[in-house]
Amino acid sequence: MAKKRVMLVGALAAATVAIALSGCSSNSGSSDKNVTLEYWASNQGTSLANDKKVLTPVLNKFTKQTGIKVNLTVIGWNDLQNKINTAISSNQGPDVVNIGNTWGPAFQASGAFVDLSEHADAIGGLDKFATTALNAGSQKGKTDHPASVPLYGLAYGLYYNKALFKAAGITTPPTTWEEFVADAKKLTDPSKGQYGVAIAGASYTENVHFAFLTAAQNGAEFYDGDKPTFTSDAIVSGVQRYLDLIGKDKVVNPDDAQLDNGSDPLQELAQGKAAMVLSQNNADATLLSQGMKEGDYGVTNLPWPADTPAEDQISTFPAGINIAIFSYTQHLDQALKFVKYMTSEDTQATLDKPYKTLPVLKDASPSFTDDADEAKVFTTAYNEQSKVLPQVATEGDFESAVGKAVTNLIADIAQGKNVSASDIKKALSDAQTTVEAAG
Amino acid sequence: MSATTAPSPSGAPGRSGLRKGWWLPYALLGPAVIFEILVHIIPMVTGIWMSFIKLTRIYLRNWGQAPVVGLGNYKTSLDFSSSIGQGILHSFLITCGFTIIVLALSWGFGMAAAVALQRPFPGRGLFRTVFLIPYALPIYAGIITWKFMFQRSTGAINHILVDQLHLLGDKPFWLIGGNAFWAIVIVAIWRTWPFAFLMLMAGLQSIPSDVYEASAVDGAKPFRQWRSITLPMLRPVNTVLILVMFLWTFNDFNTPFVLFGSTAQPPAGDLISFHIYDASFLTWNFGYGSAMSVLLLVFLLIVTSIYLLVINRRSQRA
Repeated sequence: MAKKRVMLVGALAAATVAIALSGCSSNSGSSDKNVTLEYWASNQGTSLANDKKVLTPVLNKFTKQTGIKVNLTVIGWNDLQNKINTAISSNQGPDVVNIGNTWGPAFQASGAFVDLSEHADAIGGLDKFATTALNAGSQKGKTDHPASVPLYGLAYGLYYNKALFKAAGITTPPTTWEEFVADAKKLTDPSKGQYGVAIAGASYTENVHFAFLTAAQNGAEFYDGDKPTFTSDAIVSGVQRYLDLIGKDKVVNPDDAQLDNGSDPLQELAQGKAAMVLSQNNADATLLSQGMKEGDYGVTNLPWPADTPAEDQISTFPAGINIAIFSYTQHLDQALKFVKYMTSEDTQATLDKPYKTLPVLKDASPSFTDDADEAKVFTTAYNEQSKVLPQVATEGDFESAVGKAVTNLIADIAQGKNVSASDIKKALSDAQTTVEAAG
Repeated sequence: MSATTAPSPSGAPGRSGLRKGWWLPYALLGPAVIFEILVHIIPMVTGIWMSFIKLTRIYLRNWGQAPVVGLGNYKTSLDFSSSIGQGILHSFLITCGFTIIVLALSWGFGMAAAVALQRPFPGRGLFRTVFLIPYALPIYAGIITWKFMFQRSTGAINHILVDQLHLLGDKPFWLIGGNAFWAIVIVAIWRTWPFAFLMLMAGLQSIPSDVYEASAVDGAKPFRQWRSITLPMLRPVNTVLILVMFLWTFNDFNTPFVLFGSTAQPPAGDLISFHIYDASFLTWNFGYGSAMSVLLLVFLLIVTSIYLLVINRRSQRA
């Protein structure tokens, strides 16, 4: 009987092992034709389905050229970072992935992605990328070992509804913050349900971006080396300037404090409920899908206060999407070929147009819009008026902690509470404690 | 459960040696035990281990490299002079208040409805069905509908309160600021009370009607009947019902997550489950999130044990 038991246990164990192994069978074949790359693309188009439609012909072309098949999954922004972290902790997931370039430093620090400087030739050289775009995705001091390379470039600009400007008798877009606020007041008429500016007041990503930009216009730094310094006067007054739009200046609909999606304010712009929206240049795709035509809206740079010194005249950070290869990939050669293809001149030119993104390659000219003025505004902002977000390992914590602090302040203001400089300082100081605990 | 000494079946062989087929119970239990370990025990032990290391996303790729911080995560969580500790304390107190209100009102509504529908009358089945709708609806669909109704300028709640009844001068926010607490309480009660109703209704079926008749002969009015007959006879049901509703409500995650969105949590609606999720999945500090989870587990265990102790002692005396 004892023998029987041993046999039974043995059989069970063998079955378990067999099941476990079949789950992770790997195809070690190195021939390109047998390889299928898993690719997680971020949501760049007007919907996940739209992304699939845009990318599929591009990926088919790659398969035709190299024989390597690509299995595409498009992932929404709210889930992307979670899914990547799950893939990292389990060493299972896609081979190639898109990331927001501001996440680059943290992922670089974790070693989750392949150091592309070791394979520079295989992706067509790192020097083909515009320096601003390439450096934005790495930790300070580690920019020569990028763990991801730029795929699409984005920049902030001030979109305005031309019809509303005309109706209010405003002929030129604002060039300073003071003009911006004055114009916004002229364009605000709550009785008609029309406001000067629309913001996504409950979106922590939007909020941290504007906190960063307005503070940068005051010459502020959020980090001293790796140490968070969120409570300087320059930062507090920058955040105050942004909050005043809804509080003191009253040019923002208090309802906006409930909006948690960056495309919500654009809808208000398209519907004529708001005259101006601060947004990245992929907003074009949303505005067009909302029934506006090129020419119905104009773009200028995010204005700064009139007395801002030249070096602090910041209107954007070099935003964008990077592409990276997971360290655990079994198909490194094929993945490198794919990255090379996606960042090639041809593919870039094909994708910049539907996605309304800026070129990330050196000396490439923007093709995302036929509006030469708009192209110029964004190219200038990206190349000359940009300052990178903190390139530290805790950048993600900085975004969520500061962003949520600003979200809560906006909620307070929307309910009619008076938010003073010391309230802002207290909120930022709490955010700093959270980031320090993570660091 | 304690008094089950297996009666030895007739024709059992001698004490020495194993009976034929002795292994069958173990084999039948085996899969359940294995899955229990896989699904419950291992994640719990992993979670407890995680609470002693500094598992930020830098170390996600290789947990082994995450530095051991001992009780560091617990110290941070319980240091109420720092903003992190204050955040947890605030969230904990909010959750306690939320739980007490939701529990009391859900039980009250459930009891009232169950008693009202205790005796047969035309249309009773219809009422029963209508009352159970919130429990039958998919949670997410129900809460999303509430989210629409709570919108400030376009929502039904403000339309009724302000535009039609003129109870308030200015349209208040429900999903941000202080009112968020009441919004989440209302939605949670809406979701929870049908369960209380269902359980109490089932409990009422087991009370024989002649007890009521006898008490009526003695001159007992309905309230006296409810206090002296209904309540004591529902005791076993209530014991379990209140404990289960307490645990569900205290741990509620779906309601805040769907009502307020995955990132925009108003401080007044910052329930503890969401607070932990926020630390773990929005700021990527899993060690600290785990420490809070363990503390929550300990708290719930203490409350549950005290509750059961008190209840059992009373029922032994009775």
